[in-house]
Amino acid sequence: MKQKTFIGFTLTMAIAFFSTVMTQVNADPINPILKAEIDEEVTAPEIAKPIKNDIKQARNYPMQPPLVPHNIRGYEINLNVNKCMACHNRTRTEESQAPMISVTHYMDRDGNFLAEISPRRYFCNQCHVPQTDAKPVVKNEFVDMEKMVIKAEKEEE
Amino acid sequence: MNITRRGFVKASAASAAATAAGITLPATASNIITRTGSTELKWDKAPCRFCGTGCSINVATKNGKVVATHGDIKSPVNRGLNCVKGYFLSKIMYGEDRLTQPLLRMKDGKYDKNGDFAPISWDAAFDIMAEKYKAALNTKGAGSIGMFGSGQWTVMEGYAAVKLMKAGFRTNHLEPNARHCMASAVGGFMRTFGIDEPMGCYDDFEAADAFVLWGSNMAEMHPILWTRLTDRRLSNPDVDVAVLSTYQHRSFDLADLPIIFEPQSDLAILNYIANYIIEKDKVNWEFVNKHTNFRRGVTDIGYGLRDEHPAQKAAKNAGNAKGSTPMTFAEFKEFVSEYTAEKTAEISGVGEAQLEKLAKLYADPNKKVMSLWTMGMNQHTRGVWANNLIYNIHLLTGKISTPGNSPFSLTGQPSACGTAREVGTFSHRLPADMVVANPKHRAYAEKIWKLPEGTVPPKPGYHAVLHNRKLKDGDLNVYWVQCNNNMQAAANINEEGFPGYRNPDNFIIVSDVYPTVTAQAGDLILPTAMWVEKEGAYGNAERRTQSWYQQVKAPGEAKSDMWQMVEFSKRFKINEVWPADLIAKQPELAEKTLYEVLFKNGNVDAYGLNEVPDDRLNDEAREFGFYIQKGLFEEYAAFGRDHGHDLAPYDRYHQERGLRWPVVDGVETKWRYREGSDPYVKAGKGFEFYGKPDGKAIIFALPYEAAPEVPDKEYDLWLSTGRVLEHWHSGSMTQRVPELHKAVPDALIYMHPQDAKKRGLRRGDEVKLTSRRGHINIRVETRGRNKPPQGLVFVPWFDAARLINKVTLDATDPISKQTDFKKCAVKVEKV
Repeated sequence: MKQKTFIGFTLTMAIAFFSTVMTQVNADPINPILKAEIDEEVTAPEIAKPIKNDIKQARNYPMQPPLVPHNIRGYEINLNVNKCMACHNRTRTEESQAPMISVTHYMDRDGNFLAEISPRRYFCNQCHVPQTDAKPVVKNEFVDMEKMVIKAEKEEE
Repeated sequence: MNITRRGFVKASAASAAATAAGITLPATASNIITRTGSTELKWDKAPCRFCGTGCSINVATKNGKVVATHGDIKSPVNRGLNCVKGYFLSKIMYGEDRLTQPLLRMKDGKYDKNGDFAPISWDAAFDIMAEKYKAALNTKGAGSIGMFGSGQWTVMEGYAAVKLMKAGFRTNHLEPNARHCMASAVGGFMRTFGIDEPMGCYDDFEAADAFVLWGSNMAEMHPILWTRLTDRRLSNPDVDVAVLSTYQHRSFDLADLPIIFEPQSDLAILNYIANYIIEKDKVNWEFVNKHTNFRRGVTDIGYGLRDEHPAQKAAKNAGNAKGSTPMTFAEFKEFVSEYTAEKTAEISGVGEAQLEKLAKLYADPNKKVMSLWTMGMNQHTRGVWANNLIYNIHLLTGKISTPGNSPFSLTGQPSACGTAREVGTFSHRLPADMVVANPKHRAYAEKIWKLPEGTVPPKPGYHAVLHNRKLKDGDLNVYWVQCNNNMQAAANINEEGFPGYRNPDNFIIVSDVYPTVTAQAGDLILPTAMWVEKEGAYGNAERRTQSWYQQVKAPGEAKSDMWQMVEFSKRFKINEVWPADLIAKQPELAEKTLYEVLFKNGNVDAYGLNEVPDDRLNDEAREFGFYIQKGLFEEYAAFGRDHGHDLAPYDRYHQERGLRWPVVDGVETKWRYREGSDPYVKAGKGFEFYGKPDGKAIIFALPYEAAPEVPDKEYDLWLSTGRVLEHWHSGSMTQRVPELHKAVPDALIYMHPQDAKKRGLRRGDEVKLTSRRGHINIRVETRGRNKPPQGLVFVPWFDAARLINKVTLDATDPISKQTDFKKCAVKVEKV
């Protein structure tokens, strides 16, 4: 495991100045999200823009719910309508060419298949979220299991 | 359906596939590997790391890493489902900036409060800690030492902290962050029933005919419980869902009865419902006569602010907030009679017709009602009252302790119930609802711990909000924060939290996984193992205790919170910590270390390594030389067995997807206080609220009282804070998952379009959000998922770069000491 320290983490905020809180501090701003002293004023970045390029992203593992690659602004999911199902329901996918919801979504709590989407899966946005163009604040070192499988095969050879 | 979008996709699919980074097909794609030796994953179970729902997770590991997670199909809680955070649990441990070695603020090779963080060894970290603890003990005494823990600690970690602080260092200044989250719920339970935690369970979701959400956005904060509620509502069109809040949020999407009320007026609405039930003769007399008493609570109890605050000075009964006197039903009837539909509509801004529809749900004897609430009711300067008032309604109608009839206080954190409440990591508590102020309870603890009488100090310690005030005032000087991010989480950063941590007299130790805002405010940072990097147990909102095995090793030198506490206890001899008169009662302890006395006491070290399965890691047990998690759990369980809090033998939890306590004769309890369902209810009683000496629950007369800071001419808006679905609490784990971060990258201020227009603002504008205590800069959102009414703005607190708690007010419920994060007055100006 790589050893990491946070000495000398430099202040990168373009506009930052000290507020009037009467406390002495000269801490390193080690928090990579705040990137400033706690009592400093920081500006707010512009609202990130939704990604709507329709390009499917590879999943980190098979059970990960797919991310939504299109804009969902104004999509209603409520007691009366479910806009997502207008394209992703089984009977609509031929026309829409959208992916059908997973077969698991037709199963009730006890694993029985229903004729329609299970009500427990009704609110799509509890699991499926769209993405914005915001840059990740911290790199994630999660390793895809396929890389491990390939590595294991090579070692076997 | 979006034909235009599909057309675009078809036309651009080929080029898109080629240009999208990382999506190009690898050369190996055609040669699929299928050999078991390479593709096999090791699967195990663990409860989710996030909210109090307590979903069970299947965790896949390979080559020492977590590579996949999904909802556990065998779990009765979630039956295979997860929310989006849960589905990304696999990635929360792998942020590039994991802390892997202790860091100390240093200058010229020595500790310096104003120095920069530099790596040191664990040995050196414990050296400086021991030096600071001993200096504090020798000068001001144990009262200058404090610890701030968490409802995200494992049960064993919380229990080790209770022993180390209350019996070891002999200070009660131990608190969990659950004080910010569940203290009012605890206060409500103790006051009404005399025992903490819900009587019902999640099985109520499939049995109720109506659901009423009081200040809870379950759709985002308890998504899997929301799936159960949604399942019930959509499968059964006759079921009703009422959603009450001070602003519109996602849970309103399922609401048959949507109600937006003026902040604080929930107190009036609850009293109106009680009045309606009495007026319409819908009282369940048999239940009320047999199982309840009536009491009148003390009023005008202040707001838990510093004594010199004007709102505090004006309060008549700030010194006797908990007081109450008996009253008759006739007097109670008269008390609530002033909450007419007309008056309540005026206070709350809710139409009389809507109020009546709501009251009817409770009054109808044929409707089984589940009430659900979280922070809207608990983070409330009258939070205990609000909890009491909701029980009033369920008690008046007898809608309690039967399937579907359930006043259900939802829990925020994964082990706020299991660790903070059941273990008793609060400043006034001991395990199993016992309290330090009760000499019998102290004696009970001392007996289990094999310690002399008088070891546990009788006076309750400082509560969470008082911690920050006492750090600022210089009364608390050595302070250890574990498993939470209280600099970001606690209200009034500018006036209390930040000056407290940076007070030159104080030494602040922060154990964490990532460099949080709190770590940044500290002096010593200890790298910490998390979740399946250690063995542990959590207790969820329905009294379900769940355990898990360690499944991967922690990175670098990171160690669990429990290891840190237990290992540190080796640095102290009893005669360095305890006074001579106490040692005289058990002189053989004098030369022993706190480690030997607290953790090698014949209980905690009773189980050998032979009980740790060979194929399990358990680095801690192997290092200490005994099965320490089991030892801590079993010693802790001794507190609750045979009086209402029975836990199963530890080993059983590794086999089960959790069990709901009390577990008596191997059987869990679904509904407490009802004969036939709860083994503690005596035959012939029907119902028995055995937390009270006479077995009767209390119906309380408590009025509507205003909030301490309301909008005025200058600060003309209410501010409510809260969470979002995609982030857990302060975001320190979820902001490091790129998919979650990119879903909701920044906290925004949600406001009504008219409120924006009035101030010359448009969506996306940067504004300065200011209260009497501080300000932040933030961008305006007028069409997001939260839709506040005019006069109120909402800001989530997950974002370390938008420290909204610079703005909030540290007013608390005077009974529960829980902060009201939902109400203060602010103004919004264009930058």
